[in-house]
Amino acid sequence: MNKQTDDIQNPALTMNGIGKSFPGVCALRNVNFNLRRGEIHALMGENGAGKSTLVKVLTGVYSMDCGSVRLDGKSIMIKSPQDAQKQGISTVYQEVNLCPNLTVAENLFLGREPRSMGLIAWRKMNIQATELLRELNISASPTAQLDSCSIAIQQMIAIARAVNTKCKFLILDEPTSSLDADEVRRIFALMRHLKESGVGIIFITHFLEQVYEICDRITVLRNGELVGEYEVRNLSRLELVSKMMGKEIENLSVLSSEKEKVKPADETPIIEAVGLSSGNAKVAPFDLKMYKGEVVGFAGLLGSGRSELVRSIYGADKSVIGKLYVRGKASRIKKPLSAIKKGMAYLPEDRKAEGILSELSVRENIVIALQAKRGMLRRISRKEAEKYADEYIKLLSIKTAGTETPVKSLSGGNQQKVILARWLLTNPEFMILDEPTRGIDVGTKTEIQRLILKLASEGKSIAFISSEMDEMIRTCSRMVVMRDRRKVGELSEENIDQSMIIRTIAGGDGNNE
Amino acid sequence: MNKVVVQIKRFFSRLIVIFQRLFSILETPLRKIFGHKLAIPLLVLTAVIVQNIISTPNFFDISIKNGLLSGYIPSIMDEAGELLIITLGMTLVIAVSGGVDLSVGPIMAIAASFCGLLLNGSEYRTDVFQNPYILALFIGLLAGVLCGAFNGIMVSYLKIQPMIATLILFTAGRSIAKLITHGQTIYIMNPVYKYLGVQIPGVPIRTTILISLLFVILVTLLVKLTSLGLYVQSVGINGSAARLVGLNSNAVKFMAFVICGLLAGVAGLVGSSGVGSVNSGELGMSIEMDAILAVALGGNSLSGGKFSIAGSVIGAYTIQAITTTLYAMNVRPDQLNVFKALIIVVIIVASSEIFKERIKRLIRRILSSIPKSSKKTTVVGGCSDEN
Repeated sequence: MNKQTDDIQNPALTMNGIGKSFPGVCALRNVNFNLRRGEIHALMGENGAGKSTLVKVLTGVYSMDCGSVRLDGKSIMIKSPQDAQKQGISTVYQEVNLCPNLTVAENLFLGREPRSMGLIAWRKMNIQATELLRELNISASPTAQLDSCSIAIQQMIAIARAVNTKCKFLILDEPTSSLDADEVRRIFALMRHLKESGVGIIFITHFLEQVYEICDRITVLRNGELVGEYEVRNLSRLELVSKMMGKEIENLSVLSSEKEKVKPADETPIIEAVGLSSGNAKVAPFDLKMYKGEVVGFAGLLGSGRSELVRSIYGADKSVIGKLYVRGKASRIKKPLSAIKKGMAYLPEDRKAEGILSELSVRENIVIALQAKRGMLRRISRKEAEKYADEYIKLLSIKTAGTETPVKSLSGGNQQKVILARWLLTNPEFMILDEPTRGIDVGTKTEIQRLILKLASEGKSIAFISSEMDEMIRTCSRMVVMRDRRKVGELSEENIDQSMIIRTIAGGDGNNE
Repeated sequence: MNKVVVQIKRFFSRLIVIFQRLFSILETPLRKIFGHKLAIPLLVLTAVIVQNIISTPNFFDISIKNGLLSGYIPSIMDEAGELLIITLGMTLVIAVSGGVDLSVGPIMAIAASFCGLLLNGSEYRTDVFQNPYILALFIGLLAGVLCGAFNGIMVSYLKIQPMIATLILFTAGRSIAKLITHGQTIYIMNPVYKYLGVQIPGVPIRTTILISLLFVILVTLLVKLTSLGLYVQSVGINGSAARLVGLNSNAVKFMAFVICGLLAGVAGLVGSSGVGSVNSGELGMSIEMDAILAVALGGNSLSGGKFSIAGSVIGAYTIQAITTTLYAMNVRPDQLNVFKALIIVVIIVASSEIFKERIKRLIRRILSSIPKSSKKTTVVGGCSDEN
């Protein structure tokens, strides 16, 4: 009895003074973290805060540079993911890491199947699987093939598999990001069950609602540093969001802005969306108007549906529902080419996967969108293309050896400039810039911000997404706020300040503070 | 004794220094030459030709026999004709999809069968055309286009892996061709039929050479004058990025397969004309493998993306040159493929990235280790002097 209370008082797993750096970046600096048995502990932070690095240190994927990990007071060394499992620390990642073509039971026992005389004891395995599933209240048949189960069940089976390796501590890395409300409830039921049986759970998510629904404590990280550890009931949403974003509400002051005051005249908007939504329900139907000469920011935490919203305007994902008016005319945009022809441009969030054509030259990367707009038969001649490339290399001061250099050999910031050049060349009226400054050095960042303001003053309408609040406040004349895949508000010029944005992002009880 | 050793060592270290200087002077031009993407294909072709010059002194001799250019080089170019045409299509397919079209040989057979059927009607051996010659050629090519379109739909719209999608026609194609010709070999005795694959009266060059070069030019123009080349490379490098800049990735893939089918049709007509008959069991047999190899030998990546038509042309001629050379060296036909495979393994390994990287590292290590070792030798020499 005495021992049990001890366990609850003293954290079972403690990480002290953890530091980890990668070439050029310090990912974690003197971070402390502790986890009790039988609690659900949220690990919160924006992109690049160091959540996943901390988890990877804990699970032995990375080795830490300094600091110590203690398990029940004893110092331990975690050398590899296998080692972490042996110590009782299991991880379930966002994407289900199972074999879809095997059965549920096979997945549960993969690599540690019950054996008799060297062969797999199928009957025994299925019986054990049935017991495990019943114990955890998972409604799946052990002999069903995994891919016939829903994603939620698959996620639960992944958790069951992790738990089955005698795990004492479980790390859930965004297990709910692709689930609907009902499925989330089922995962939560399983998590509560595990909590009652004494498992300590680290829960990583971007959904604030979920944190407040299920977690006991919260640890907030920012820029690789520990912000603090809080009891959920003592921390309002508003405080949580401001801690994640690094702005104390008391000290908020409106930053001086370089932006010009652009009053949207009473003209037809360039883009008007009515009940628009991506068919796969990644973002709830929304209304939006975009006028000439304005920069509209899309604020919200990661995974709040910012990118999905702008993508649905551009026709980047298939099956869009709702109505879209371009310059007042109803338009159906089913593919990017029709969006481009209507004067749109889209700089995607993931530069490597969706932006650059890595092996092609700077010249080819710059002219490709204009070429697509013109069509295959009206080829842009080599001479013309070189002229364009030279022009934009100079205009955006792209650092490259020449127009024929493969774009993959450029730095991230210069690659981003190449993509900007690609779109400017098509002379768009409406530009979507999704995280144009991510992973870019500070100098280039300011250059791009200036460029955005300049483009707006030239009459382009710009949708701007950034994870950095300051940047958006500096550049945007209007702000659309997103929370949990839903557009929850719109702030016009006079209301754009950090406390207001943070209040809107936090939503719910945040406004009562 | 020791003095001799020391002197030898000094001599060598001096030699190495000279070598290093030479290398540092030549480094930039060497890197330029070997850094060019066509360097290795050209090197290989040159090596094959050099070997030929040594073994057959009359390699470059060209004479006119029976009103036709003849000699080693014209004969290599003639025999490479069909392969060259097929390789052009294969280059586009590989670049756009990172996969291969296995069905080119059977498509050749299908195209030729349609053509033969129209020309001969119900006869198996006749010298009278039953239908206009041009119409028969057109139908043959149309069959090639349709086969290519079938492959294209499977790959681009139904998202089936190119190898699997084209395996369907690879398996069924020759049977379809036999169905068309009722399982018979069709002999087309009209001399006009031989125009395409042998010689047009009065022209001293084999038509195969002319047609294959004509298509090299046509495809090059298609790729360079329209933006098809850029589209194919973009889709091959990154399909989703290509879609977001407004390219219709599916249509581009489809087009590449259709072009490949059309070119296979051309090769089929040329091939059957060359022998004056349609034998669907023999025509274009295992040509797909040679074509894939030709693309690879041309320095093109088999995982798609950037491509070079010039490289593929060199690749196709290299393969044919190897074959001809081996025959000239009296290698028995049944042993031919063993030697061909050996040569190709060496070439492919030599042009692989890992091998290049290793060689570079080796050269660097040798160069960087020399100054140290030369210093060491002097130290060792000093010691031995004392002794």
